Amino acid sequence: MYRSQKLAVKYLAAAITLFGVMVIAGLMSAYYYINPDFLFGILHFNIAKILHIDTLVIWLLMGFMGAIYWFLPEEMGREPVGIWLAEILFYVFCAAVAIVAVVFIVVQYGSSNEIALWFINQGRKYVEAPRWAALGVVAVMGVFGYNVIGTVVATRRLTGIMAVLMIDLIPLVALYLDAFPAVTNMSEDLFWWWWLVHLWVEATWEVLIGCIMAFTLMQLLGTSRRIVETWLYIEVALVLGTGILGLGHHYFWIGTPNYWLGIGGFFSALEPLPLLGMVVHAVYDAGTHHMKTANRPALYWMMAEAFGNFLGGGVWGFMITLPQINLYAHGTQWTVSHGHFAFWGAYACGVISVAYLIVQKVRGMEQVGGALWRWSFAALNLGLIGMVGALLVAGMTQSFVERATGGSTLQAFIAGQQDPWFVSGMMLRFLFGLVFAAGYGFLVYDLLTLGRRRGVVTAATVSP
Amino acid sequence: MRFDDPLFWRAGAVSTILVMLCVLAMLTVDSLAAIHQGGSHVPPYTVVNRHIDYVFDAGRGIDAPVIGGAQPLFGKVLDEQAAAAMMAKGKLVIQSRACMDCHTFYGNGAYYGPDLTKAWLDPDWEAWQSITGASTREDAMAMFLMDPEKYATWTRKMPNMHLSLDEAHAVVAYLKWTSAVDTNGFPPNFGHVHTDH
Repeated sequence: MYRSQKLAVKYLAAAITLFGVMVIAGLMSAYYYINPDFLFGILHFNIAKILHIDTLVIWLLMGFMGAIYWFLPEEMGREPVGIWLAEILFYVFCAAVAIVAVVFIVVQYGSSNEIALWFINQGRKYVEAPRWAALGVVAVMGVFGYNVIGTVVATRRLTGIMAVLMIDLIPLVALYLDAFPAVTNMSEDLFWWWWLVHLWVEATWEVLIGCIMAFTLMQLLGTSRRIVETWLYIEVALVLGTGILGLGHHYFWIGTPNYWLGIGGFFSALEPLPLLGMVVHAVYDAGTHHMKTANRPALYWMMAEAFGNFLGGGVWGFMITLPQINLYAHGTQWTVSHGHFAFWGAYACGVISVAYLIVQKVRGMEQVGGALWRWSFAALNLGLIGMVGALLVAGMTQSFVERATGGSTLQAFIAGQQDPWFVSGMMLRFLFGLVFAAGYGFLVYDLLTLGRRRGVVTAATVSP
Repeated sequence: MRFDDPLFWRAGAVSTILVMLCVLAMLTVDSLAAIHQGGSHVPPYTVVNRHIDYVFDAGRGIDAPVIGGAQPLFGKVLDEQAAAAMMAKGKLVIQSRACMDCHTFYGNGAYYGPDLTKAWLDPDWEAWQSITGASTREDAMAMFLMDPEKYATWTRKMPNMHLSLDEAHAVVAYLKWTSAVDTNGFPPNFGHVHTDH
C-alpha cells in the first residue's frame, strides 16, 4: 500500500468521526425547536447550528481528500509528490478542527472587533471558523493541490480525469480565500459569500465528486476509461454550464439588480440536467454489469449518490428556484429540506461509497456483503428522507402562514412557527433524526468490523 | 469528430465554461456598481438620517423602499464618516455574535429567529415602546437588544449577547440601513397584512 493510501484511510476515519459530531449537533439543533429552554444560557442554538454545518463541510472535504489520496497513486503509478508534507498537515488539520470546536463551545463569542474574527468566530454561515483556522484550511488545500498537480508533472502523464481534477483544484483553493473578509455592506458581503458557497458546493465540489465517482466506477464495475471520461466531460460541461450562472438564484433578494431574477431562474431550472445525466450514467453502468460487484455496499451507496443528487439537488432545488416561488420559500425550512437532501445525495453517499471500497482493499476482502450494511443503508436513507419530508411540511407552512398571508413580520414569523403543521414537522424531523443517528451507528460498526466478523466475507459472487 | 469521442465533449466543456465565466464577469462588474453603498439598489449609509418606508410600487409590482424626509437616529444626524463607522461597528457586532446562525438577512442565514431584512420597519416596535417605556423606536430596539431576557417575546427567547450601549446603537443603525436596501420585493407583503393566529 502506498503512503498516500495510508493517509487516505486516516482522512476517511477522521471524516466518519466528524460525520458523527455533525449528527449529534444536528440532533441538538433539531431539539431546540421542540424545547427552546434546552441548554438556555449555556449553549444556544447558533453554536449547535455552527457545529452542525461546519462539521458537515469539513467531514465531506476530508472524505474527498481521502478519496483522492487513495486513487491518486494508483492512477499515476507512483507515490504523490510531497506526501510527507500532507502527512504532517493531516495532524495539524485535525488539531485545528478540535481547537476550533472547543473555542466554539467554551468561548462562543467575542467583542465587536477584529480579534474576535481572528480567534473566536467569524460569524459568516459555513465559514464561522476563525481566520487563523481558515488560513490553515487554505494551507491544507494548497498542499493537497501541490500533491496532485506535482505528481502529474513528475510523471509527465495526464489522464482525462486528472486533467479535470487539476483544473478543479484551482478554484477550489482560490474561492476559499473568500472566507476571510468582513465587508460592512451586507449586499457586497453576501454577493462574494455566495461565490464561495455556491461555486464551491454547486460547481467545484460537483466536479470533484464527479472525478471521485469516475475512479470508483472503474474500480467497482470495471467500466472503461473511455466511457467514464466521456461522461465526466459531459457532466462538467452541464454542471458548470448551468451552475456558473445558476449562481444567480442566490442574487434574487440581496440588493442586486433584478436581471438576476431571469438569469438565475433560467439557469437554475437547467441545473437538474447534469444530475439526471449522472443517474443515467450510474444506472447504465450498473445495468450492463447486472448489478454484479464484489462490493455491494459501495455500489448501492454509489447508486444512492446518483439518485440522491438528482432528487435532493435537482428536483428539490428546482421546486424553490423560480423567483415567483422563491420569494415565499427562501429562508424557510423548505430551504433546509433541500439543503439536507442535496448535501446527502450529492456528497455524503459518495464518500460512504468510497469508504466501503477502501475498507475492502485495506482488509484484503474478496467480497463485501453481510446484513449490517443493509440496516445502515436503510436507516440512514429512511431517516434522511423522513427529515426531508418533515422539513418540507414545516417549510411550506412557513411559506403560506408567515410569508403569503402573514406579511413576514415578527408576529407573522411567530404565527408560522406555532402553526400545528410546523410544530408537527419539527417533531417528526427530530424523530427521523434519531433514526438517521441509529443508521450512523450501524455504519460505524460495520466499517470497523467488516472482514473481522463471521458471515461478512463470502466466497461466491454476490448475486443481484 | 464523433459524439462518442471524449475529445469532442472536452472541447464542449472548455468552451461552455469560458463563455459562462465571461458572462459572469460582466454581470459581476455591473452588479457591484449597483450594490455599492450609494449605488442604484443600495442607499448610502447616511440614509439612517432619513425616514424610511416600504410600500407597494404599482409600476414594478413589488414592495419597494421609499426614502422620506429627515428622521435622525438617536437624535443625531450622522455625517458620511460617522455613518460609515457606525455601520462597520454594527456589522462587526452581527458577525462576532454570530447573529446569522439564528437569524437571516435577505433570507440568508439560519431560521431559528425572524428575518431581519426589514426589522426596523416591523409594526411590533410600536408596542415595544410601551413595553420598554422608551420614547422612540430606536430606543426600544436598543433596550431589547441589551436585555432580551427581560423583554421575552415568546417561548423561543433571544439569549443575552451582552451588547454594550454603543454596540446596540450600531446594530439598530445597521437594521435601519438594511431596511432601505432595494431587495426586489423581499420579503413580500411586509407589514401590510396581519394574521389572525
